[in-house]
Amino acid sequence: MLAILKYRAGNQTSVRRALDSLGIANSITADPDELAAAQGVIFPGVGAAGTAMEELVGEGLDSVLKSLIWQEKPLLGICVGCQILLDYSEENDTKALSVIPGECRLFNPAWTEDEAGKVPIKVPHMGWNSVELLQDCELFQGIDPRSEFYFVHSYYPAPAEQYVIGQTTYGRSFCSVHGRRGLWAVQFHPEKSGRPGLQLLANFAAFCREVSNAQ
Amino acid sequence: MLSKRIIPCLDVRDGKLTKGVKFKGNVDIGDPVESARHYYEQGADEIVFYDITASSEGRGIFLDVVEKVASQIFIPFSVGGGINTLEDMRAVLLAGAEKVSVNSGAVKNPDVISQGAAAFGAQCVVLGMDVKRVPKSEAIPSGFEVVIHGGRKPTGLDAVDWARTGEALGAGEICLNSIDADGTKEGYDLELTRTIVKSVRIPVIASGGAGNPQHMAEAFTKAGASAALIASIVHYGEYSISGIKEHIAAQGVKMRMVW
Repeated sequence: MLAILKYRAGNQTSVRRALDSLGIANSITADPDELAAAQGVIFPGVGAAGTAMEELVGEGLDSVLKSLIWQEKPLLGICVGCQILLDYSEENDTKALSVIPGECRLFNPAWTEDEAGKVPIKVPHMGWNSVELLQDCELFQGIDPRSEFYFVHSYYPAPAEQYVIGQTTYGRSFCSVHGRRGLWAVQFHPEKSGRPGLQLLANFAAFCREVSNAQ
Repeated sequence: MLSKRIIPCLDVRDGKLTKGVKFKGNVDIGDPVESARHYYEQGADEIVFYDITASSEGRGIFLDVVEKVASQIFIPFSVGGGINTLEDMRAVLLAGAEKVSVNSGAVKNPDVISQGAAAFGAQCVVLGMDVKRVPKSEAIPSGFEVVIHGGRKPTGLDAVDWARTGEALGAGEICLNSIDADGTKEGYDLELTRTIVKSVRIPVIASGGAGNPQHMAEAFTKAGASAALIASIVHYGEYSISGIKEHIAAQGVKMRMVW
């Protein structure tokens, strides 16, 4: 059983639909006991980082999340959920969860798509892009390295170097997958990234199952 | 670098496709959910559903279709047709669509763009524009006029002005349909597409006139479109989405292939 963290800035339903299609049992919940009982937690997020943090703090879910992470509960942050695991986000000047050192920055619209420097990047970064892995990561097992994932965001994570797992190029390289084993964060939306995205969610569920069985 | 997107468009009336989609072996499929799955598996980057239902009863059936699609395909899809108010937007987004497209509704009430962007985020709001070539004039200096009601009614709006207004109001993307090119299979109106691409910073989807994969390649390489909308050339089994992408990728355009 996976828990999908319920709070108002989440896109829980689309994550749930993806898990359902994979036959992975799941529950959308904000109940601390239910979260603790789950094999792993998915932490989605849409909208602005400031609003997402306000929602979390308002519901007391920031400390719930942190204690789950201290107890080494496997966790997957998605999009804004990925960004606010860091210390800080430039979006709304937001103090974030400080689970992983680093910050989240706005794409610079002066960056260019082409080498000639003539086509400025469009912000948000919206559409399909590749992910280059810098470290081995269980989440990407069985996924062809040429696969692309669906992104929609204006701010990008910039964690401390040792936490950068994968990077994507948009004007420049930015970190699109970060974290450490069992605490992962992806900037793209696996639930909207076709087969490779579903594979990533299945890999996360398999990892959670193994960790849970080993305990 | 972002891949250029190929987006099949499905027209739906009372919950059924208005024209069937032919699978390999020429079996005609009238079910929008089945067809969406078919394109999803072939590697469509997004799917657009255009609801041409007039009745409110048909609208309810359509929302059921949107929910079914959301539980079976795991790529973004957008919904357009008959979206006039914030409540119309909310209904399709809640049913599971990623984006919602406003067209005539936004011409009549431009505020719906800013209301939608504020409530759901700019990335959710697509401004659909139907455009017709007219003689250049003081009122329409670009020679491209926005039309509504399927191209039957001129609005007096210059397409360049309207695109910029839509962007300023918070639209995250423009779906630009040439009424002159639509149905001709002679290619997108590249001049129109280039003109709008140069006038705004948000992505532009070229629409109307695709007859072969080269037309799509040109929308990307010659006009700077971010995505290309297609209908009949895939619906009748003439081309597959994967075949189209291979053709375009061979010209050095980044395409997402299904691995």
